[in-house]
Order: sequence, then C-alpha cells, then structure tokens
Amino acid sequence: MVRVPLFKLAHARSGDKGDTANIGLIAYKPEYYPLLVEHVTAERVKEHFRGICRGDVERYELPNLGALNFVLHHALGGGGTISLRTDAQGKTLSTALLRMVIEIDEETARRMGLE
Amino acid sequence: MIRIANGQGFWGDWREAPIRQVEGGPIDYLTLDYLAEVTMSIMQKQKRRDPRLGYAKDFVPLMERLLPQCVDRQIRVISNAGGVNPSACAEAVIDVARKLGLKGVKIGIVAGDDILDRLDALIDAGHELRDLDTGRPLSAIREHVQSANVYFGAAPIVDALRRGAQIVITGRCTDTGLTLAPMIFEFGWRDDDWDKLAAGTVAGHIVECGAQCTGGNCQADWQSIPDLANIGFPIVEAEEDGSFIITKHEGTGGRVSPATIKEQLLYEIGDPRQYITPECIADFTTIQLEEVGENRVRVFGVKGRPATPFYKVSISYFAGYKAVGTMVYSWPDALAKAQAADRIVRRRLADLGLEFDEMLTEYLAVNACHGPLAPDPPSDIAEVQLRIGVRSTDWAAVDRFTREIAPLILTGPPTATGFAGGRPRVEEIIAYWPALLPKSEAEPSIEIVES
Repeated sequence: MVRVPLFKLAHARSGDKGDTANIGLIAYKPEYYPLLVEHVTAERVKEHFRGICRGDVERYELPNLGALNFVLHHALGGGGTISLRTDAQGKTLSTALLRMVIEIDEETARRMGLE
Repeated sequence: MIRIANGQGFWGDWREAPIRQVEGGPIDYLTLDYLAEVTMSIMQKQKRRDPRLGYAKDFVPLMERLLPQCVDRQIRVISNAGGVNPSACAEAVIDVARKLGLKGVKIGIVAGDDILDRLDALIDAGHELRDLDTGRPLSAIREHVQSANVYFGAAPIVDALRRGAQIVITGRCTDTGLTLAPMIFEFGWRDDDWDKLAAGTVAGHIVECGAQCTGGNCQADWQSIPDLANIGFPIVEAEEDGSFIITKHEGTGGRVSPATIKEQLLYEIGDPRQYITPECIADFTTIQLEEVGENRVRVFGVKGRPATPFYKVSISYFAGYKAVGTMVYSWPDALAKAQAADRIVRRRLADLGLEFDEMLTEYLAVNACHGPLAPDPPSDIAEVQLRIGVRSTDWAAVDRFTREIAPLILTGPPTATGFAGGRPRVEEIIAYWPALLPKSEAEPSIEIVES
C-alpha cells in the first residue's frame, strides 16, 4: 500500500453556519475523485476531527465538480461570536482535512503517478 | 447579455473594489453586500442611539464618488447597505445626489424585513421561531433579542427596478438575491422558471463573497495566482437562458478558473441538492463548468425546484461576555513557558473562586488552527503566543480575567513580551439565531424616492 496525503489529491475550502462547519474537498484531477469517494468517508472524517468536532459528520457527493462536501456539526466551539477559538469560523478546517493520509494500492498509485 | 459586477463581499471588504469595478470596464449592474449576521445587531444599537443611523455608512461616500459615472453610463447599483434603516440610507444618498447636482435620480427602498417589533405578536400567534440548529423555541431567549430580520429574496428588488430605480437599497435580503434580481428584471423570467432562477442563484452564490471566487483565499496552486494586490472582483455575464460566464476586468490580478469557482461553490453550503432561497431550491449537483477563455468560466446546466413556503429569519441576541488575553514567550522553551503561564492564570482565577462557562487556551504557532491535528512543534521553536479566552454571563468574572494577563510579565516565566496592546477588552457576545417564518407573515415594502 502507498500512503498519500490528501493535499496531493485535492484542494479545499471551509466555512461556518453557526456551530456547524462545512468543508468542500475538490479533486485536482477527475481520476482522483473516485479515490476521495472511496477513502474519505464520513466516518473517517469524523474520526479525523475527533477532539474538534463533537457532533455528526455528513458527506455529500458532487460528481459534477469532482468534489465532496462534508458538514461537521458542533465543530466550532459554539460557533460565530460565541466561540473562543482563533478560528471561530472554521476557515482552516479545510487544510486540517488535507492532513489526512489515505492508503491506496500500489498499482493504482503507479497508474496515477502518486508513488 | 448583461454584466453584473460584485464590488463588496462583506462590510469591511476592499474599499477600492467597487470603484475599480465601475471604472475598470463595461458593467450594467454593481452589487454591494454589507450585511453579516452580526452586523444587524450593531446597526439596531446605532439606530436606538440615533434614529437617523442604522445602515452601512460607507455606502454614502462611495455613492458620492461613483454616482456621476453610474448615472452617465446607466449603471444600476443594488445594495443591502440599508441595514435596519434603509430609508435613512436612501435619504443620505439623495442628499449626496443633490450635492452633486444630479436631479431625478430614483432610489428604490426595500423594507419590511425588520420584524423586531412584531416578535411578541408572532410568538403569540403560534410561531415559535425555533433555532434551526438547536430546535429551541425563541421564547427561551426572547428578552435578549437585539434584532430580527426576514431574508427577502430578489422579488422586491425586481419591483424597485421595474419602477425605475437607479439605485436599490435594501435591508436584510439574501446575498444571492442582489445578483438574481437584475436577471429576472432584464430577462423577464417567471416565478416558476425554476431552472433559470436556480442558475441566477448559483451566479449570486459564486460572486457574493467578492474576490473569493477570483483567486482570493484560494488554495489551488495559490502561489501561482498573479498580482493579488491588484485582484479583480467578479463579473457575471448573464444570458437569458440562465447560462452565464464568470470573469473579471482586463488587466486585473487574481484568477478565474474552474478551481477558483469550485472552491467558492462549495463555500458555506449544506446539502448541495438543496440550496434554499426565497425564489427556488437550486441543485448544485447539476452545475456544469467550462473554461472558455483566459479568466473566463462558463456555468450552465443548473436545475432548480419550487421554493419552500418559508422565509429564513436572522435573529441576534445577547449571549454573555467574553475576553481574550495573549502573551508571547521566546526561545528557549517557548512552549513550556507559555504552558506554565497558562497554569498560573488558571490557578489564580480558581483561587479567586471565579468560574466561566468556557475557558480555552491555544498556543499560536503550535495548535491554534488545527488543534489536536497539529504536529508537535520543533523543540527549539523561536516563539509562541499564549492565547487564553474566557466566556461567561457574569461580566465581573470576565472583567477580573482581563486583569490577570499583565501580571504575568513580572510574576511568571521569563521572556514575556508582546503586551503593548494593553489589557484585554470585555466584549458583549451577540449570537445568531436562525429560524423560519411562513412567507405569508412578512410583506416587503417598496418605496421610490427621487433627488
């Protein structure tokens, strides 16, 4: 297996609605999108953000944009003006998600030049 | 084809942007968004102090600068600068127009969104105005409410344009409505042209945050994005069939590409199949993008569905006090020193018997952004900023906290610095309460005034 950090596969943007954050994860190339769909599940994202996100995580697919949208509930320490965090509006949760590392098989990695 | 330019993504956005949008090339409409959720409560406070205030004051000198060109070139301006007092804002702009010797400039005023005075009557009539996030009824915090506004959509702006308004000043309305309204007006779209309304809504969503769709705050290959100092704000070239091109003026910096547009499309959305506005429900999974030239992206294929019977309501309420104190510590052992200082502050506050609803410590350059996901910092890190925040409904407790930061300078670990800003400020927390209200309960009003 080859370990690939998400930041090599995708870019992202995040923002807030109250105490809920969302992260749009966008594949750099169309062929990377199925990898995101397969590996970056709602469960994995919830596990990745344990300690930051205290609620559920939902995932939505946008194949037309080669993108996934994650909605993280109770993820901003109360949200907006209530939150005491530096990043009260979750602007950097995008890059926090890009820290995730996924494992893909060697043949796929070779085919996509990800070794 | 019509050109709709966004010149302001929020109150406090780049002041040169609207001027450059008007002076930098051809446009038909200039839209300016000034209202964030919290802005409304600030404006209510200003209006209580002075009934002539309560709107985005920056809009008036901006109009003084741009109005002659806008009149000359028949550029219409649409803005939610009216805040909680759109007629006072319109009056101020009328004064400016007269000062400039511009006669017969028509200003449309869209109001009726402010339901603060009607809240009790609405609650009595059985509208619980439950918080969309927590499900709590508004009665739980009724006494703390500072402002309450319905989000109207494009419809009242369209009415004002039909009545000849050159400038439309609204109170609370959807950001997307500012961009959608000129399309409905120019192309005569019907109330049930769901796909077209959805397309115009998508255009509005793309440009509502200003340069965040033209290369600003863009992660995709950010270092290669040219000339951000001179960034071009977005322009929608809208067609009657609902398709449109996102671009920016020639000679400006930044970038319009599928990547910059995708990042903005995904910004602050929930279920992409259900982007809900007063006009329609837009399905973001139907959006197609095509790069059709340098800094030109065509957007097409958007599908929409019928609107819901509700308006969204934005309510703000007083939710206690908070304060944030900081101190910088330098190498060696910068992080260990900051951690020791944090323990000292917490011990002293505990010894005073003070309790807080929340107390949060972060170490800037170590974990403030990514929290537990951040890797361990280098052991020889040059400096660390300690940042402690507290929140409480007890003003005195928060105030006492603000007096426990400076003593660290002489009574704590060595190399404390960076305290020139003085004692932390106690801030009032004005929190946001989103709710729904049946559309039948709020009616926009439209008035036209003339210079």
